Amino acid sequence: MAAEKRLMKGNEAMGEAAVRAGCDAYFGYPITPQNELTAYMAKHMIDHKRVFIQAESEVSAINMVYGAAATGARSMTSSSSPGVSLKQEGISYACGADVPMVVINVARSGPGLGGISPAQGDYFQSTRGGGHGDYHHIVLAPKSVQEAADLTFEAFDLADEWRMPAMILADGMIGQMMEGVVLPEPKDPATRVAKPWAVGNKGKRAELNHVDSTQLVPENFEKALHARYARYDEIKRTVARWEEQHLEDADVILSAYGTSARVCLGAMQMARKLGLKVGLLRPITLWPFPEKRFGELAGKRFLVVEMSMGQMVEDVRLYTHGKSEVSFYGRCGGMIPTEEDVLAEIRRILKK
Amino acid sequence: MTEKTFMAGFGGQGVISMGQLWVYCGMKEDLEVTFFPFYGAEKRGGIARASVIVSTEEIASPLVTVPDSAVVMNMDSLPLCEANLKQGGTMLINSSLVKVDTKRTDARVIKVPCNEIAEKLGDVKFANMVMMGALSKATGAVKLDKLEAVLKSFFGPSKHKFIPMNLKAIEEGMKAVG
Amino acid sequence: MELVYGHPKSLKPIQTKYCPGCGHGVIHRLITEVIDEMGMQEKSIILNPVGCSIWASLYFDFDSVQVPHGRTPAGATAVKRMLPDHLVICYQGDGDLAAIGTAEAVHAANRGEKFTTIFVNNAIYGMTGGQMAPTTLVGQKATTAPYGRDPIENGMGYPIRVLEMLATLGGTKYLARGAVNNAVNVRKTKQYIRKAFEAQMRGEGSSMVEILSQCPTNWAMEPADSVGWVESAMIPFYALGEIKNELADVAGKEAGK
Repeated sequence: MAAEKRLMKGNEAMGEAAVRAGCDAYFGYPITPQNELTAYMAKHMIDHKRVFIQAESEVSAINMVYGAAATGARSMTSSSSPGVSLKQEGISYACGADVPMVVINVARSGPGLGGISPAQGDYFQSTRGGGHGDYHHIVLAPKSVQEAADLTFEAFDLADEWRMPAMILADGMIGQMMEGVVLPEPKDPATRVAKPWAVGNKGKRAELNHVDSTQLVPENFEKALHARYARYDEIKRTVARWEEQHLEDADVILSAYGTSARVCLGAMQMARKLGLKVGLLRPITLWPFPEKRFGELAGKRFLVVEMSMGQMVEDVRLYTHGKSEVSFYGRCGGMIPTEEDVLAEIRRILKK
Repeated sequence: MTEKTFMAGFGGQGVISMGQLWVYCGMKEDLEVTFFPFYGAEKRGGIARASVIVSTEEIASPLVTVPDSAVVMNMDSLPLCEANLKQGGTMLINSSLVKVDTKRTDARVIKVPCNEIAEKLGDVKFANMVMMGALSKATGAVKLDKLEAVLKSFFGPSKHKFIPMNLKAIEEGMKAVG
Repeated sequence: MELVYGHPKSLKPIQTKYCPGCGHGVIHRLITEVIDEMGMQEKSIILNPVGCSIWASLYFDFDSVQVPHGRTPAGATAVKRMLPDHLVICYQGDGDLAAIGTAEAVHAANRGEKFTTIFVNNAIYGMTGGQMAPTTLVGQKATTAPYGRDPIENGMGYPIRVLEMLATLGGTKYLARGAVNNAVNVRKTKQYIRKAFEAQMRGEGSSMVEILSQCPTNWAMEPADSVGWVESAMIPFYALGEIKNELADVAGKEAGK
């Protein structure tokens, strides 16, 4: 029997997906527009007799996630842009100590307190290692409620497998809108990746386990960072994911993620009806960025659409190696581009 | 088929729940659906709007900018809906509260005295359901057949006692469209 | 023959990096003696702070988690929630607990998180080189209080009595202050640690043992003088004893309290 389709808000669907992925512990702090997610976790984690704490701050919440994850638990937090800024310290430590966790950012407009409307101004923070030091972590960008649920579910596996935080970079639109969603079947805990590095339950284990990012000997630290970056290379080879449509004959390729990609899909359909050859390349993993695919398309004309002043556009320029003409169309401050706006931009570029 | 609807009114008129129920029914009729609400910063009495799309195809932007149909629940919402509605689109107007004619002469205008109809049925709170019935009849996008079973799964058991009233209001709304 | 003295099993037999006269070594030893006596070595986890005791994981022969500066109680909260049958120790200095991590310390205590904080108060920042701490005494010199801590004219604030502050919170069940400046205080401090650990394993609520400790290096004193300064300057301000004892185990309460 096919699983039942439910009408859910993105925030709630991500919460339910986390519960089904076997999230053992959730720690959060209120912030709009992700409050339904924290409330959902409060109810359902407590009902499932798992750990839920409303922390005193985002700073505390991320360090609780770190502590729980250090014991090998599947652990998660969610927040929105200003709150995620506060979590960057903890994320840097988690990357330094190779601690898996899931962080959901239902992004809003910034900088500063900014507004509560959807925005994509957190691309740099998410993909560049938003805290201090040399690191990256996995970043997944859902375009729909269904994908928000699917990627949240999968994020726990990716985090465990690669021993690093996996972030869901959604936005206020994905969090607040309702769509039909078929939820994944609850994950069998027996299929989880073993975590021999976790603290506690030492039993007959010979070595002590220290979950620690401290490296006070430069020679050793450099070696450790090189090893971590070798793992990053492996992730780039195997985890990068994207969706593409109509690239073969495209005179211009739209590139966008999340909500903007939905807008671009509509603009592409409108353009195709007018006989304009437009394609769409949507990164699903923002880190690792699908750099190889962009490299293969170097030379093609790109139009990058974002709800920001232009952040992912830098990666598109970088990975098309200066061989592509890359234009940018952005709305910001909580404004959402329309299909009509993007179509007008396409026509301007193609002079049609 | 893709029907993009923009619903607008003030907080308390049930605009948000109308949008949610519309897409829920659409989903139960095997359509792709998306619903995106927009509220004012006020907790009560502010603006209440919803972008609502039902479609047989994958839905592109969830934001309805050029609606095929607009639902105007109060006077304040009229100018916005007039500005956005697609050329030749359908404008459903709650004529209980909107006493002026629209300037959009190209539009197919359907006036439904939602408040009066709901009051006659016993409670003005069902004005939104009257409007949803009218929207179904006018657009045909969501059929609202097998409605009773759908409403039972949408509402929690504590609200099941209101289902007959909802059904009646939706039916009256359908009848109000000529 | 009866063994009357031995190195604690839970403490690795290596020389520490701590300065001569530093109190951390004694405190490490007290913790591990109690752990050995309770038979908890296999089920102990320490949360290391940022500060001199960041080295703690080199010395304790059990698992550890190192967290950002001040976030030790947040980390300890989650470790204990996930592993309630383990002895979880949140080891913090005065800067970690009473400055950068005040929010975490207060809220973990208020939630009644069932781990034990060992709060090492030496009235100075050690690792960074002698800056003023929240617990630095009025008039005490520090690199960032070169003329002495001056609460009024230069707005440096007053030393914080952490336990007295936390005592008002419903979640705290056992708060005691000891010192490691002489044998009598060392023995009493060990009793406090034992009571706190046992209370933790009974799941009674938040417990904390503050330990007044010497930092001869940053106090610019000989070790022998530093233990005297604890007695003459610190103890008059930071009263020793059980500041709050609401443990169910009435027999374990200190006589006369």
